[in-house]
Amino acid sequence: MTGTSPTGTPERRRGARRSGTTATRVAFGAGGVLLVVVAWELYKAIGPATGVMIGDLTVLPRTTDLAMPHVWDMIGRLFEQSGNGRNAQPVWLAVAQAAVFTLGVAAVGWVVGVVVGMLLAILMQRFRTAESAVLPWIVLSQTVPLIAIAPLVRRWGAQLEFGDFTWESWMSVAIIASYLAFFPVSIGALRGLNSPDAIHVELFRSYGVGWWKTLFTLRLPASVPYLLPALRLAAANAVIGTVVAEVSIGLRGGIGRMIIEFAQQASGDPAKTWAPIFGAIAVGLVAAGFIALLGVLLRRFRRGEVPA
Amino acid sequence: MKHSTRLTRSRVIGGIGALAATAIVLTGCSSGGSSDSTDSAASGDLTPVSLQLQWFSQAQFAGYYAALDQGFYEDEGLDVTILEGATDIVPIDVLTGGDADYAISWVPKVLGSIEQGAAVTDVAQIFERSGTTQISMKDKNITSAADLKGKTVGSWGYGNEWELFAGMNKAGVKLDDISLVAQAFDMNGFLAGDIDAAQAMTYNEYAQVLETKNPSTGKLFTPDELNVIDWNTEGTAMLQDAIWADSDRLADDSAYADTTVKFIKASIKGWAYARDNAEDAAKIVTASGSQLGESHQLWMTNEVNKLIWPSTSGVGTINQDQWDQTVKIAMDTPNETGATVISEEPPATAFSNEYVEKALSELKDEGVDVMGEGFTPIDVTLKEGGE
Repeated sequence: MTGTSPTGTPERRRGARRSGTTATRVAFGAGGVLLVVVAWELYKAIGPATGVMIGDLTVLPRTTDLAMPHVWDMIGRLFEQSGNGRNAQPVWLAVAQAAVFTLGVAAVGWVVGVVVGMLLAILMQRFRTAESAVLPWIVLSQTVPLIAIAPLVRRWGAQLEFGDFTWESWMSVAIIASYLAFFPVSIGALRGLNSPDAIHVELFRSYGVGWWKTLFTLRLPASVPYLLPALRLAAANAVIGTVVAEVSIGLRGGIGRMIIEFAQQASGDPAKTWAPIFGAIAVGLVAAGFIALLGVLLRRFRRGEVPA
Repeated sequence: MKHSTRLTRSRVIGGIGALAATAIVLTGCSSGGSSDSTDSAASGDLTPVSLQLQWFSQAQFAGYYAALDQGFYEDEGLDVTILEGATDIVPIDVLTGGDADYAISWVPKVLGSIEQGAAVTDVAQIFERSGTTQISMKDKNITSAADLKGKTVGSWGYGNEWELFAGMNKAGVKLDDISLVAQAFDMNGFLAGDIDAAQAMTYNEYAQVLETKNPSTGKLFTPDELNVIDWNTEGTAMLQDAIWADSDRLADDSAYADTTVKFIKASIKGWAYARDNAEDAAKIVTASGSQLGESHQLWMTNEVNKLIWPSTSGVGTINQDQWDQTVKIAMDTPNETGATVISEEPPATAFSNEYVEKALSELKDEGVDVMGEGFTPIDVTLKEGGE
């Protein structure tokens, strides 16, 4: 087994090395953020206060402080107090706590989603009948609006009780996150598990290798290039699912609820409403970073990655 | 081959291990903030009771939080858990689903549920007056429902529009005469001038405007700069926050009926506390986790008090004339699609004064002022952003 890998994809070096050192890449990243800030402030400075209209349709937003606060106001607001009495703390701290909470719930949802998605994919790979029977339902499951199922999941969960275990609202949110996260994993993993060339599968068969061993030594390693983009999508879905479900059922402690709470104060304190949005971005970045880390751990199998 | 297999496995297992570890660490961090139930007294003598609110913790529900904080529920032998609402939580569904013992909701919203088969009873009408208004800038000259003609009018929808439609109906303004706009949580649409007359609760959105700087004066907006259409004076007010109970349980379960009286009694005591100690009540609500600013919270407490006090027939009593007006509007007022809230009279079980009357007589014996004749609202100065 030299020359070609067991995954069947011709071994090739991962492109030409991306040009530039770490420093220049960081500079480019920072430049991108700066560009957004400059574009925001530039439009705010020169755009019409009433926004850009085509007929009666507003195509670009108003440039008032209410609609578009200055970037420095948004950042400055992070270091001022929020709440009062016992809840008083700087906005950035409140947002950071909420972000950690949301990230935790999203991580649980992601893990559950990945496990369920993988199991479904393996089931569908093993039995053709299962694929025909289950795949349409998997696709159909994603057409159910999240806001319709969120309160239901919470109520069903609240009725669960065995022994000392009581269902907490955050678990409902994690379930909803996993509901969104399992989909790309099951589809991506199924493609990945089916990706080995027939010649390799037949080789295994001719050696009399069992299905399980084929799964672990051939199919799973071969699925990694398909799986990683799916896991990345799943992470994004889990974060979005968590935030939306938090809004939907009003779970205390996370970014979702904070977005609503601060939005209610949007008129008198417009800069504050952006704080939880920054928090949501931070959660997304951490989730993406985690998947990148996972990619490094699995780099041995990343031959010819395919978009999901 | 053999070698690479083993490597594969250890890598995969390592990867999964790292994942699991991360997830565990993350969940560990998160467990602190997730509990929103109140600390339940360990005593087994208390009857556990849960109350589903319509929204997040805020001074609109000050009386219940005050009753909890001051131990009024415990005095009645109740261990009360307050469940917060959210954008997609319908309190009556939670009540009929058996996940809460009582729910707070507006009467017109519930009438529709009752017609669709929900067996619930209004056992105490806490808010006697409506807090819904339609506000506009002075220069628009909109002082009554008739003036809405030809204007851009905002409404949140979802059952918040009926008083507005009834008021317009009464004034002879048709829905085609206005341009109806869906309003968001904030008042930005109104402040930007997209909406001429915006819906505003006296205790919330109206204050939001007063907490905002007027760009032309550089100072906060003042009540003098606004016109307010009050549906109480226009004669199309509908009953709002009421305590709803499960009709079937009231009929079959005498313990639940007794608990209902106790729950109403302690809740009214809480509202009396909020009337006499508005500032403390606002602090109690804030301590329960509300994110509203200090001056906004106090404003809300004070405005909600105005909706309750002084009480015509004892707080919580469902006045027949107000109930009838609410039902009549719900039956006769079509919305933009021609639909009405309900098509026929609600069943007799839709409201009952039986429990609140018992609670009121017990409270009177204890010397609690349930009429609030001498009630005078306090003066609240709003600060920018409600802080």
